[in-house]
Amino acid sequence: MSMKTMNYAEAIADALKIEMRRDPTVYIAGEDVGKFGGSFGVTGYGVFAEFPDRVLDTPISETAIIGHAVGAAAAGLRPAVEILFMDFLPIAMDELCNQAAKFHYLFGGQFKCPLVVRTAVGAGMGTAAHHSQSLEAYLCHTAGLITIAPATPYDAKGLLISAIRDDNPVVFLEHKMLYAMKGEVPEGEYTIPIGKADIKREGTDVTLVCWSGMVRQCLAAAERLEKEGVSAEVLDLRTLIPLDKEALLNSVGKTHRLVIVHEACLTGGFGGEIAAIVADEGFDLLDAPIKRVAGPDTPVPFSPVLEAAFIVNADRIVAAVRELVA
Amino acid sequence: MTEDMTARAGVDKDTLLALYRVMVRIRTFEETAHKEFLKGAMPGFLHLYSGEEAIATGVMSVLQPDDYLSTHHRGHGHLIAKGCDTKKMFAELFGKVDGYCRGKGGSMHIADSSHHILGANGIVGACVHIATGAAFACKYLKNGRIAVAFLGDASTNRGTFHEALNLAAIWDLPVVYVVENNLYGVANCQRDYMKIENIADRAASYGFPGVVVDGNDVVAVRLAAKEAVDRARSGGGPTLLECKTWRHWGHFIGDAATYRDPAEHEAWLKRDPLILCSRLLLEKGWATQADLDQIQAEADAEMQEALEFAKNSPYPNLDELYADVYVD
Repeated sequence: MSMKTMNYAEAIADALKIEMRRDPTVYIAGEDVGKFGGSFGVTGYGVFAEFPDRVLDTPISETAIIGHAVGAAAAGLRPAVEILFMDFLPIAMDELCNQAAKFHYLFGGQFKCPLVVRTAVGAGMGTAAHHSQSLEAYLCHTAGLITIAPATPYDAKGLLISAIRDDNPVVFLEHKMLYAMKGEVPEGEYTIPIGKADIKREGTDVTLVCWSGMVRQCLAAAERLEKEGVSAEVLDLRTLIPLDKEALLNSVGKTHRLVIVHEACLTGGFGGEIAAIVADEGFDLLDAPIKRVAGPDTPVPFSPVLEAAFIVNADRIVAAVRELVA
Repeated sequence: MTEDMTARAGVDKDTLLALYRVMVRIRTFEETAHKEFLKGAMPGFLHLYSGEEAIATGVMSVLQPDDYLSTHHRGHGHLIAKGCDTKKMFAELFGKVDGYCRGKGGSMHIADSSHHILGANGIVGACVHIATGAAFACKYLKNGRIAVAFLGDASTNRGTFHEALNLAAIWDLPVVYVVENNLYGVANCQRDYMKIENIADRAASYGFPGVVVDGNDVVAVRLAAKEAVDRARSGGGPTLLECKTWRHWGHFIGDAATYRDPAEHEAWLKRDPLILCSRLLLEKGWATQADLDQIQAEADAEMQEALEFAKNSPYPNLDELYADVYVD
């Protein structure tokens, strides 16, 4: 398959177009996804142009965006809806967590609810407390949902194709600081299996577990650590639920040290779950305590200096690793 | 109820007898469930539809078998009127594996894919979005089907009601929103939680018709529903159909409904939908009392058989706890 340089937004758009060509039941609905091209420009990469009747602008009605998609999915369609910012997702928590996530189980398996909710996450744009959050832990606590958080254009495209084809409700987290990130992406159709982590960099001394925007920070930290003689393995989970426990335990089995890195606030973050799993099922593999490097337990602040202090960076990751290998 | 209305509603002798039979079956199901619940044999909550039978019956009588339905926690009547098997319903009420949801839903969450029922729902107003989405699918797939949501008066105060109806309006969706206004949201009277008397007035703000109908008169409901269903099916968009009614019991069994005026309660009981319908049948000479007694006897026998089936059904195997969390 020939490769093409695409940015993350373009790769997502490519996945949408491929699936819309393949399956006439796939449609898109969301705020300003039509002529405007999406607030982050995703559907503007030719999706609306190719499918003007299947890329539907909605009113500013988050509960209707996800709520109608539940009924549409149960009645035979495959909605790929967009919630502009993940901060707005809690507005539609009933539709997502009580309806979509439970539709299959609650009714004894009679219905499927194959819908994808794409949403932009993360800080870094100076958008403060209502447009910057990483709320994946809310989702991971709800049985029935799949949560995907890709870190590269290649992963974004392959995972989104898998997400649209999956018969379960999927929340697809797009880090807004990654939309412009460029990478080599196969031009045609390919899938990446849901629930499979990816070693983004091999290492032997410590495992850095991460996803979404933090993969880049971990790779930068690993570069610096190498110069200090520390070999860090960067394990990108890519999918949070279902979690690739095997890859996690395998990596810790190799490095014997674990640092979990996420942008979301520390308390109740998904890192706590990962730490608990390793403590429970991989305690004997560890040579050092598990460390978490995460956002502080604060809202995301506006001022550039405060926002920079909020976002986990390579310095903090390097410092945490130094403590473990000292 | 006038001769003219029965004719306009397309109601002849056989139709009215069929409507009456459905209403009696719903009432008998509910009374049977009530008795079992009071014996402590049934887990969870029980919200009875008694008193509101004309709405489900009238609306469902003008739907096609493959039209979609989404309803709420007081949903037994809708399920029976759409054609559900009372054996599987009772089994679900007891949490048995032969229930519609393999015992995982219970009274408030019965769905039936074979009748295109997208579930009763434990979240007030959730059915509004689900029916809207199903209607969108019907329009998108151009399959000629429509969707109906049954919702309570109090659910129309939720923001979701506004968001769904507005979306259905701008997309001209083939959907009918049937508000069963029994005047109380649990213990709160409508006059205490909204300034308007007719919820149907809210349709004006979305730009589609709102209609008020006597929800205890099955012929009137059928006539109004037929107009709404025809509008939806012919591309005319949504309708908000408000049916004024009264629940015989409290919000759930265990709620003595002391918040309602006994005189008002007595007045409504005199307008019970079964009384109104049986009176019409007798007045028109379309049935004798013996015919009506026979319908009741058949319903009694059906419910006893259904109850026996449910009691004899096994509980789910414990593996069922983990089944169907995800589609494999």
